[in-house]
Amino acid sequence: MIRWLIKYAVIFVVLVLIQVLFLNQMQISGYLNPYMYILFVMLLPLSAPRYIVLLSGFLIGLTIDIFSNSLGLHAAATVFIAYIRPFVIRSISDREEEINDYPGLKQNKFSWFLYYSAVMVFFHHFILFYLEIFSFTQFFSTLLRVVLSSLLSIFVIVLSQFLIFRE
Amino acid sequence: MKNYAFVLFLLLEGASLALVFNHNSYQKSKYLNSSNRITGNIYQAYNSVVDYFHLNRINKELSEENAWLRSRVENMTGVPVVNDSLVVNLESTDSTYRFISAKIINNSVNKPFNYFTLNKGRNDGIKQDQGVVTGKGIVGVVTHVSDSYAVGLSVLNSRWSISAMHKKSGNYGSLIWRGYDYRTANLTEIPLHVDISPGDSIITSGYSTIFPEGVMIGTIQDFSRPDGENYYDISVQLSTDFKSLSYVEVIENQDKPEIKELENIIRDDPMAN
Repeated sequence: MIRWLIKYAVIFVVLVLIQVLFLNQMQISGYLNPYMYILFVMLLPLSAPRYIVLLSGFLIGLTIDIFSNSLGLHAAATVFIAYIRPFVIRSISDREEEINDYPGLKQNKFSWFLYYSAVMVFFHHFILFYLEIFSFTQFFSTLLRVVLSSLLSIFVIVLSQFLIFRE
Repeated sequence: MKNYAFVLFLLLEGASLALVFNHNSYQKSKYLNSSNRITGNIYQAYNSVVDYFHLNRINKELSEENAWLRSRVENMTGVPVVNDSLVVNLESTDSTYRFISAKIINNSVNKPFNYFTLNKGRNDGIKQDQGVVTGKGIVGVVTHVSDSYAVGLSVLNSRWSISAMHKKSGNYGSLIWRGYDYRTANLTEIPLHVDISPGDSIITSGYSTIFPEGVMIGTIQDFSRPDGENYYDISVQLSTDFKSLSYVEVIENQDKPEIKELENIIRDDPMAN
């Protein structure tokens, strides 16, 4: 239990620092804002109680909000994907297929992890960007932001599985 | 309890959305922004490392600004310099401005609402609603202050507009950033009878107590006359390079309490309305 706690505390800090000191500083374009920190919610064990998943989502979202002065935005988007996580996992998994308790890339099939990241990232970015702008007057430019940023985020998340979160 | 997850979800989502939509919550929040000690220290440490890679450019900019300032100060005598702050009586107005040097330790240009974090706070004399400028032009306004850090709204934030002036004609308008491009902003409310052309300077108007009159904002890049309207739609090329901000000056208007006090008297006076 303690080891488990320490492991996720370290992942939390590492993901927040990567997000605010590296990804948020890239400033490539208004259309490309990658968010990788949602990996924290994605990587919690499947057996973790749902309240833990929801509270973790809220906590990491609020932390990112404090760093980026966007009070509540990231918290709202991350709590939502924390809630839908079990449904997403159920809908993308075959019934016979055994899903590892740890939903990382190494423990599961590549295509499974890719679907998993794509769905979680897209829902997160969709809520985040539309809530941020909060108007449908810029519907298509915001949609473009969602799609392009999602592609970059998925790429970064999958890449991170090869580089840092190998076990 | 089978539905506890759904109840908890509604609770947390409700709390987050309340923070987002309660527009005052950002203004009121003392700790939930990047001026608090923990985030401030992290950005400060990060900045002290990354800055080494930009020293060349920063030095060049500072020395250019020094040269420009020296050419202006040359004819002034008896200007008192306290620590790294300069107390100047600008000739253009009667107000006294104090400039506090600070450094931007976190900044963004790619969001619809951009903010920056400064490495100085209340202990250095930074207060809410003070303007932030560089030698090249305006940067933004301070919104939150902690003991050693401060957070501000950048010009690249559609939550506020800046009172601007067309330098050549002296007409006032307001400058708004509409998102996506950190190099340009839009100037509205300049009436159609005013003669404008690309390249004209746009400066601060001095109508607010945030900026002194005449701080550079940018130059006219392009303009159009929207059908059925009395005002130009002008796009302004911002003179400040928001992508590479480092050293800035925070402006303290020492007459501000007095001006505010006078304005409050007028507001409370039933005869004035």
